[in-house]
Order: sequence, then C-alpha cells, then structure tokens
Amino acid sequence: MAEHNHKDEVTGVDTTGHEWDGIRELDNPLPRWWLWIFYACVAWSVVYMIFMPALPAPPGFEGFTRGLTGNSERVNVAQQMADLQASRSANFERLQNADFQAIESDPELFRFAIAAGRSAFGDNCATCHGSGGGGAVGYPNLNDDIWLWGGTFEDIRYTLHVGIRSDHPDTRFSQMPAYGRDQLLSQSEIRDVTQYVLQLSDQSFDAAAAGRGAEIFAMQCASCHMEDGTGDQAQGAPNLTDRDWLYGGSAAQIEATIHRGPYGVMPSWEGRLSEPMITALATYVYSLGGGQEDGGDEMGAGGQ
Amino acid sequence: MVQILPKAAAPGIEQHDAEAVNDAANRKLYKKREPIYPKLVHGKFRLAKWVFMILALGAYYFIPFLRWDRGGGAPDQAVLVDFEGRRFYFFWIEIWPQEIYFVTGLLILGALAMFLVTALFGRVWCGYACPQTVWTDLFIAVERLFEGDRNARIKLDRAKWSFDKAWRKAGKHAVWLLIAGATGGAWILYFHDAFDVLSHFFTGGSPISAYLFFGILTFTTYTLAGTMREQVCTYMCPWPRIQAAMIDNDALSVTYRWDRGEPRGPHKKNDSWEGRGDCIDCKACVVACPMGIDIRNGSQLECINCALCIDACDDIMKKVGRPTGLIAYDTDINVEKRQAGEKPGFRFVRPRTIVYAVTLALVAAVMLVALGSRSTMDLNVLRDRNPNYVTLSDGSVRNSYTVKIINKTHEPHQYRITVEGDPALHAWLLGQEDGDLVVTVEPDRTTDFRLFAALPQDAIDRASEPLLFRVEDLVSGEVQVTRSVLQTGYDR
Repeated sequence: MAEHNHKDEVTGVDTTGHEWDGIRELDNPLPRWWLWIFYACVAWSVVYMIFMPALPAPPGFEGFTRGLTGNSERVNVAQQMADLQASRSANFERLQNADFQAIESDPELFRFAIAAGRSAFGDNCATCHGSGGGGAVGYPNLNDDIWLWGGTFEDIRYTLHVGIRSDHPDTRFSQMPAYGRDQLLSQSEIRDVTQYVLQLSDQSFDAAAAGRGAEIFAMQCASCHMEDGTGDQAQGAPNLTDRDWLYGGSAAQIEATIHRGPYGVMPSWEGRLSEPMITALATYVYSLGGGQEDGGDEMGAGGQ
Repeated sequence: MVQILPKAAAPGIEQHDAEAVNDAANRKLYKKREPIYPKLVHGKFRLAKWVFMILALGAYYFIPFLRWDRGGGAPDQAVLVDFEGRRFYFFWIEIWPQEIYFVTGLLILGALAMFLVTALFGRVWCGYACPQTVWTDLFIAVERLFEGDRNARIKLDRAKWSFDKAWRKAGKHAVWLLIAGATGGAWILYFHDAFDVLSHFFTGGSPISAYLFFGILTFTTYTLAGTMREQVCTYMCPWPRIQAAMIDNDALSVTYRWDRGEPRGPHKKNDSWEGRGDCIDCKACVVACPMGIDIRNGSQLECINCALCIDACDDIMKKVGRPTGLIAYDTDINVEKRQAGEKPGFRFVRPRTIVYAVTLALVAAVMLVALGSRSTMDLNVLRDRNPNYVTLSDGSVRNSYTVKIINKTHEPHQYRITVEGDPALHAWLLGQEDGDLVVTVEPDRTTDFRLFAALPQDAIDRASEPLLFRVEDLVSGEVQVTRSVLQTGYDR
C-alpha cells in the first residue's frame, strides 16, 4: 500500500493511495457543478421516497411503502382508460341502435363510427381481409361492389352479427359440394363445366367442351348460381359472370374450386364485439367504397 | 496608527490593487472561482448599455400584454406560442405546426445576422444584447445598490457577519429573487393568455407546467445572473468558441492600443510624457471589467466586448490630460500599422461581410415572400395503397383518396373539389355518389374527406393515370392544386 499523501510530481496533485503496477490514481476533486447536482439528486430521492411509492416492505410484511401521495400508475392508467371510455360513451350510445340514415346524416357521428370501426377492423378483421380490406384468395375484397351476402349497411351488419358458416344458430350458411373429391362429377365433366364458366365470364373457352358443360351447369350449379350464372346473394352464391373471383378465375383455379367445393368461414362477432362496435365496424366496411344503398338493387335487400 | 494611503498611478488617480482574476493565466483548472467586483463606470458605452437594458427588458415584460384582434375564436394576444392549440401567433403572422420552417427561417436569419454583425463589429451581441449580459448587468446594479461600489463590496465580503452585512446581503438576494421571479413569470405569459395567467397564477389556478417553468426560469435567472455570471460565458457558452471563426483581422474588437500605451507605468507630476506610454497602469480598466480580465493582455476568449474598460480608461485619460481612446474599438492590424508608422484604416466591405450581407438579404427576401404569400388553405391528397386499386364488377377500376383540406381562416369556408384527368373519369365523395364535390371546413381546422375516382374499363390504357386535384375556396377564390394518380393494374 502506497502512502496516502504521496504527491504526484508532474501535476502536484495528491494521489488516492491506490496503485497498480506503479500507476497511481490522482485525487483530483470532482467538478463542483457535478457535486451540487449529485447532492440535489440525493436530496430529491429522499423527497421522492417520502411522497411516492418507493421501498419494498421489510421481510415478513406485504406490499411496499405507498408514500404520502399514494400515487399508483396502475390506478392512473385505469382512470385514464375510464376517462377515455367516458368521453366516447356518448357517441357509442348513439351508435347502439342507430340505423345508417341516422349515422350518415350526422358528420361527427359518421367520422366517429369510421374511426372506431377502422381500429376494430385492424384488430379483428385485417388478419384475413387485409389491413385495408383488400381481401386475398378465399377472403373477399371489401372495397369493391361485389357482395356474396349483400352489401347494404344492414346486410353487412347482419353478416358481422351472425358470421358465415359459423357456430351462430342464425349464421349465413350454404355449401357448395366438392364435386371432384366426393366424385359427384368426373374429371372430364368438371373440365367441361370449367369451360362453360369461362364462357360465362367472357374469357376464352373451348366451345365444344363449354357446350357439354352448359348442360351439367344447368343440372348441378344453376340452382344456386342461377341459370345465367349471376349468382344469388340469399345463398352466398357468387356471380360467375363478373370479373371478380374469390378463388381465382383461371381455368386451373376454377377447376380446383369445383373439385374441392370451397367452405369459407367467418366467425360471428356477436358477443365478441359490443353492439355499437359492430355498428361502427359495419359503417367502416360500408364506407370503404363498396357499400350499397338500401333497396338500390333487388338483391341488395336480400340476405336475412 | 498609520493610515496606508492608496498608491497613486498619477496625481489624484488611485492605482487599484487589482488582479485580473479571470485571466487565463490566473485561472488554474481546479482553482476555486474568485469573485469579481466590477466598479461602476460612466461614459457613452455604459449609457448605451443602460439604454439597451431598458429597451430589452421593457420589450420582454411588455410584449405579452400587446393585443392583436384576429377575429373568430382565435386568441387576441399579439405574440403567443399556443402549445395546446398548436399555433404560433406573431402579430399578423399565424404559424401552424407544419409551417415550422418559418421558425427555422427565422433562426437562420438570426444566425446570419449574428455572423454579419460579428464580422463587422466583433462580439457586440455578447457585450450588449445577450440575456446573460443584460440580466447580469441588472443584478450587478442591484448588488451595487445594496452593498456599494467595488471597494465597499470587497470590504463587506471580508467583514465579519453583522446586522449591517446581513440586511444588505438579504436585501440583495431578495431583490434578485424578485427579478428572477418576474423573469420566469413573464416567460410563461408567452404561452398562455397573459391576463388569464396573471389572474390565475397567484391563486394556484394555472396549469402545473406554468409553475414548473416559472420555477425553472426563476432558478436559472437567479443562479446564472446572480452567482455564476462570467462563468457562463467562459465555460458554458459555445459562442466564444464559434465566434473565433467569425472574427478576422478586420473585425472590430475592444483593443488596448499598446503602440500608444507602452511602456506603461505610474506618472508623476511634472514628469514628461516623452519616451513613455500613455498607460499609467492605474488598472481602472481591470476593476471595471465584469469578466475579470485585463484587456491590456490583448484580445482573449473571456472578453465579451462590453467596452466598459473604454469608458473607464477614457475617464482617466481626460483626468491626466491625454487623448482618449487608449482602449477603443479597433483592430490589431491598425495597432501594428500605427506602430510601423503606417496609416490605419477600417475595412468594413470585405468578401466575408459581402457574402454574409447578401445571404442575409436573400434569406430575408425569401422569408418575406413566403410569409406574404402564405395561403389561408392547404390541400393534401393521400391515395389509398391498401388495396392499391379495386376492380369493380363492370370491369371499371376505382381508387380511393383521403383529401385533407386545411382552413386556416377563422370562419367556416366552402370548398369545391375538382378532379381532372381522363374525360371518362368519375369522382365522388363518400355517401354522395351524384352530388357535386362541395365541402365545408370549420374555422381553424383540418378535415378529411373520402373521395373515390373510377375509370371505366374501356378508358384504361395505362397502369397509372395522372390526376390533378384542384380545390377552390368558394369564399376567397383561392385555389390549391396537387397531383396524384389513379392506379389501374393495367399490364397488357
């Protein structure tokens, strides 16, 4: 141990007495501004411990010191959430049983519903339908004017309530047979029907095969997809004459669809989301651009 | 008892027993700060500093109470930084957060002005206009009021504690705190309605942030101007370092004309002035210096160019009957020229000052034009990218847009939206398939509108159709235009 009061020859500064392989530590004073800030922090920590929750209870006791203010961030957050709910409750109450007319005619409520719906959509629907409702193969695009089960506000709200092929007792339900897998049609028959569907949707097709397919179509498909292939919203049967394909519109994709018979499922949101939130969600989906006026076309009112 | 008479630098002129305590040579790294006791001087620069102090402090305390009628529900305070409403009001100017570049421009303007002034006249900002200088000057004046001038203050500090010392010290600190409080108090007036703040502040009804900033500024004013003073300039402020790049040989600075002053020494009655310098080494310049330096050591980082030593020296020169200006605003080059017998001169027009002045004028002109042509509405069009485009059942392709219209006026305005592009284009607002595209925006608000634009299948012949969004203010007639596109997914 070196003597404590050894003075460094070069700087004339005291050393601390610590020495490592001949290297001594200078005992330079700390800058005063630094010291004062340090003292202020120490003082502040004492004040803080008095007023705020700070120390765990000694062994044998539960909890912690609560401080004079009794501040709790958990309680604060709960309070903030409650305040937020309260500030929204007026608008949510108005959404409870509102029809579209009432929502649309009130710009503030309309904006509120779209904002709330957008957030609920992101949390619950975007997984399948995409964050902008653009859809994917097997999951309908909610932006366009093509609706399997109806595109009026009430149709959309009802679909949200009961779901599609869900476990809700009133769920929207229909089932297309798996013609190939269950051997209801032969491979060549499926190919013929495919050619006819291509013809229906104005794509290039084999006339001879399509002619044979037309007969099969009338027998097997027309009951749901209608004679002319325009579909039926009451059964969720898509229009086969338009340019929109849920499972793809190429010959191979159509053939695969007929072979396996799609069974798209959407859960029922009743009970999972509050009633006003379902209304908000319906408003949002309606506002994406594909929403149809009530009674605008005869199929629009269908569904329920 | 023998009374020790002060040493004389010249008949009737005391030679101060003073040391330039803050001079770099006297300032060891770990040395405790030695207090500086600046002596009051009289003269034109002292007067200029008083006048400037009154103007600067007057403006600082008075401006929040100026009113400016803006109509509508807008605040009527002339200068107001409204954080809650997210607006900055400056008389006729009103700045929204996205226009913060105006503030940036103002800062650039301030920096350029500082460059120019420094290149011309040296550190006049430090000497006269810097808040640190103004408040320190005020605090020293208060100190002088309670404790007397330099010698009395030194004596008082060395004296044992007595009632006299106690009340003088207490009085000084009380007035300092009062001034510091008023400084912090005036600061918060710039962020809320001044009269409102005043009426609520003392009853505890102001927001917590008001008290917080009042506390912070009171504390900083008290410590910076009361106890830290020259240390702020010497150790904390970056400007003394930056200004080294701004000052060249031709920039003015407070200069001791050593060609005239040396060799220095006390002057006795009837002695000749021949063969010696005019400096009688009375150290009046040293005791006057609020920075604690000796200007005779030349230009130095600690000097804030407040010119109080010029006043002090001129006073002495008059008394000994020598010409004034032994210390003056001058350049080292001129001193050397005089020494060599050449004619001194000032070069204010130099490439550096020309560049600064031209840049300053350019930025100021750009700012003026920008502020003068500032629009009262703004338009933003955001195209939905998810999904990028939507094909409808009839083969037409639709894109959706969020049209943001900002109404910066204080009355509700109506706007007509026009979408220009392919003649076959059809555009409509959400919920108004057939209506005309006229919308209303509430005063001082930004409102989003959802707009759809669709192109029939047979009109689609490229992947991206250019669009022009035009929004016309139906009240003022102002038009804003922005470009966007309609994505079609066309790939043949």
